[in-house]
This record gives sequence, C-alpha cells and structure tokens, in this order.
Amino acid sequence: MDFAIESLIKVVVMLGALLTVVAYLVLAERKVSAYIQNRLGPNRVGPWGLLQPLADGLKFLFKEDVIPGHVNRIIYIMAPPAILIPALMAFAIVPVGDTIPIMGKQIQVQVANVNIGVLYLLALASLGVYGIVLGGWASNNKYALLGGIRASAQMISYELSLGLSLIGVLMISGSLRLGDIVALQANQSLLGFLPAWNVFTQPLAFLLFTVAAFAEANRLPFDLPESEQELVAGYHAEYSSMKFAMFFMAEYASMVTASAVIATLFFGGWHVPWLIQPGDQSLFASLLKIFSFVVKTGFFMFLFLWVRWTLPRFRYDQVMWLGWKVMLPLAILNVFLTGLVMTLAR
Amino acid sequence: MESLFFFIFAAVAVVSALLLVTFRNPVYCALSLVATFFAIAGHFVLLNAYFLAAVQVIVYAGAIMVLFLFVIMLLNMGHSSALEVVAGKYRRVAVVLLMAVLVAQLGLMVGRQIGVSPEPGDPALFSENIPYIGKLLYTDFLLPFEIASMILLVALVGVMVMVKKDPAKADH
Repeated sequence: MDFAIESLIKVVVMLGALLTVVAYLVLAERKVSAYIQNRLGPNRVGPWGLLQPLADGLKFLFKEDVIPGHVNRIIYIMAPPAILIPALMAFAIVPVGDTIPIMGKQIQVQVANVNIGVLYLLALASLGVYGIVLGGWASNNKYALLGGIRASAQMISYELSLGLSLIGVLMISGSLRLGDIVALQANQSLLGFLPAWNVFTQPLAFLLFTVAAFAEANRLPFDLPESEQELVAGYHAEYSSMKFAMFFMAEYASMVTASAVIATLFFGGWHVPWLIQPGDQSLFASLLKIFSFVVKTGFFMFLFLWVRWTLPRFRYDQVMWLGWKVMLPLAILNVFLTGLVMTLAR
Repeated sequence: MESLFFFIFAAVAVVSALLLVTFRNPVYCALSLVATFFAIAGHFVLLNAYFLAAVQVIVYAGAIMVLFLFVIMLLNMGHSSALEVVAGKYRRVAVVLLMAVLVAQLGLMVGRQIGVSPEPGDPALFSENIPYIGKLLYTDFLLPFEIASMILLVALVGVMVMVKKDPAKADH
C-alpha cells in the first residue's frame, strides 16, 4: 500500500514536471532559433516571453477542432494519443537522482526501477512509429501518407543503430537497469581523475546513439517527414487544435526523453564528479545530484535545438544510406571492439 | 491481484483476436493484432518472463506489425471484390474444419491439464532473468541459436537477391 501511494505521487510529479518542461522547451526553441537568426523571439507575454507557453496552451484549447470529412475517423482520433503515450511513458525509468531523504525515509528519485530497463526504452521507441504512420494514413491525403511512410521507414532504420550502439554500454555495465548503469559510472574513475562516464569509454556508441536519437525524434537534420517546404507539414497536415498539439508535444517529449537517456547512459546521469563523497545521503547532496542531472539533460536539449537551426535537411536517400550503410556497420564494429578490449583487459 | 490482471489480459487477448478475424478493413485487423500482442506480453510478465515480454513488444508489436501495416497501406488492400477471388469457394468448409481443430485443441488442453502449476524451476531464472537466458543461449541452446541466426541470414540474403535488378536487363 505504501509502495502504491509512493509510486502514484512519483508518477504525478514526473508527469507534471515533464509536461512543464515540454511546454517551456517549445518556448526555448523559439528563443534559441531567434537568437541564432539574430532576432529576439517572443518577448511580449511576460518577462522574456516566459508566459508564452501558457498563451499557446490556451490558444490550443480554444481553437476550433476540425475533423475533415474525408478522414478515417477512428484512427484519425486515435493516432495523436498513440504517439504521445509512449513518448511520456519512457520517462518512467529514468533515474533523475540517487535517493532523497523525505520524512525520514530515503526515496529513490526514479518512478520504476524495472529489471529490463533499457529494453523498455527500445520497446517504446518501436511503438512510437504507430502514431505517425496511422496519422498519415488516416488523413486520406497524399502528402500526409508520404510523410507517414517516410517517417516510419526512417524510424525503423534508425532503431537498429539505437539498439546496437547500446550493446557496448551494456557490456561494460553488465546490467540492463538504468540505476545500475548510473551507479557503475558513479563509483569508479578512469586514470585517477576522470569520472568513469561511458562517453569516455564508449565515444563511438555515444555518437551513434545521439544521431539515432535525432532520427527517432524526427528532428532536423532528419525531419523529412514533416518538412515544411516539401510535404506541407507531412503527416500532421490535416490535424488542428488539440490533436496537432498532441503531435507537437510528443515530438518535444521524445526530445526530452532522448536527452535524459543520453545523459543517463553516457554522462553519468545524476553523478556529480569530484564534489560529493560516495555514500553522502544528506538533502543537499541529493538536491545537487538532481540539479546535475537537470543541467546535463538541459545541455542535450539545447544541442537538439542548436542542431536544428544550424544544419540543412537530409534527402530521403541520404537518410537511408546513412542509417544502413554507415551507422549499422559502425555499431557492429563498436560491439566487436568493446568485446575485444574487454577480453584482452581480463 | 494477479488473477485480476490475468483476466484483464486474457479478455483483451480474446476480444482482440475475435475482432482480428471479423473486421473488414485490414488496417483495423492489423491494429487488433497489435492489441493481442500487447495482451500476450502482459501474460508473459505475469509468468515472470520479463525478457520475453519486452522482446515480444520490440519485435512483434514494434517491428513486424509496422511492416504489416506498411504493406497494407502501400498496396491498398481490403476491397471486398479482391477478397472474393482470393478466399475461394471452399471457404465455408475451411471455417468448419478450423473450428473443429480449435475445439479439439481446447478439449485436449482441458483434458490433459496443460499449463496447470508448472514445477518451480531454477530460482535464478526468476531473480536474474536476463543474464540467465543469455547464459542458456550460449551454452545449452547454442545450436538452435546459431541455426536461427542462419535462417534469418538466409532470409535477408534471399530478399536482396529477389529485389536487386540485374544491371544488364535494366531499361534506360
């Protein structure tokens, strides 16, 4: 019973935090893109535009929700939740912090420490394809269908590199649980002074995973499915108001989750190097760990935004070539090299 | 509590399977199949086979069904005129035969009590499910594992051979 109440509170806090971060990530995107393009971005609604997400949310709520007559109603309505739900669920296993002392007990700052940790993430990444493909098909519109098919082809091609690049990390950690992977990075150090983060022991895997995460989130340079110039907004062309907002939120939620997972798997998650003694259980240490996780995730979210407004879009054949002929062999090579080094070091 | 989950997953699986064979639109059928796979994955979790549940979702619901949907959408299948030609004039006979096979299987299961209280098995199987499966795959079950990978490799190469056009015969 205790466990149920604790989990329920954690779920509510996690969802609230995630949805707020998604809303402010939209604002951050507009501000970052503005400064990159040498202009100011939204600054009318509240200081520095900080109430803009509130204004956007109200706009989406009050906008007229049009369902065109030529769509397949059931699947049209079902597609946006079908992509939002996996994007939000993936955050449940991310360890935001170590433990935090509340009311005398140490509470894990992680909603669910499932023993199939990383496989759960891969499963949700695979499920994310459905919403897009069904949204594109249900819209009964050539551009939407093409966008949906391209998106799913891209996503299933890059899922392979996503999974294979993780195998090197799993070989080093010996466990699928995200909590164990972070603990292993936290408790050792390389060469005496560097923290044992997986970015130092698995740099190729980090690169492959980050690029595959960009492709999975349909972000530039891989955003051909929703390219404004070619496909008239692609698979969400026929959607308006709240359903469009759900597609939008799902894309940003998968960005947040991807950043959180990269920070967890490769950058030590909540680990604060050199500053905290292992075994320190005070409130200050716990809050500092959560803060360090937030900083790392924030950096990767900024990387997502930065790359979008810097690089041009890939062509479809370039996307396929990169995924199958470059990243897949490199991921397999990474597994082989990791195994070789681990065997020789024994 | 567990039996409540069992009945929920079982109900979803049976209802989705029935919908799968009764819908006319093939996209709806494919989605019912996805729902069935989810319910089966839930059953795997109830049986403590966590790895199998995750792999069921990743492989079946996540990859194979997406390809099914691709084919259905790209080839625009499901017109009832096409169905008449394919199903043939013996389809009622086939339905009766298959129902008889189903009833026979159910009777056999109930009669022999298949699936009732399995023996406990190795405790390591339940506590560290995935390392245990990994070790088994590479020691006791190495030959089936290698044969399965060979079958997949043959399928992959076969598809490439069938799809690749002969450059001499390509029309320019």
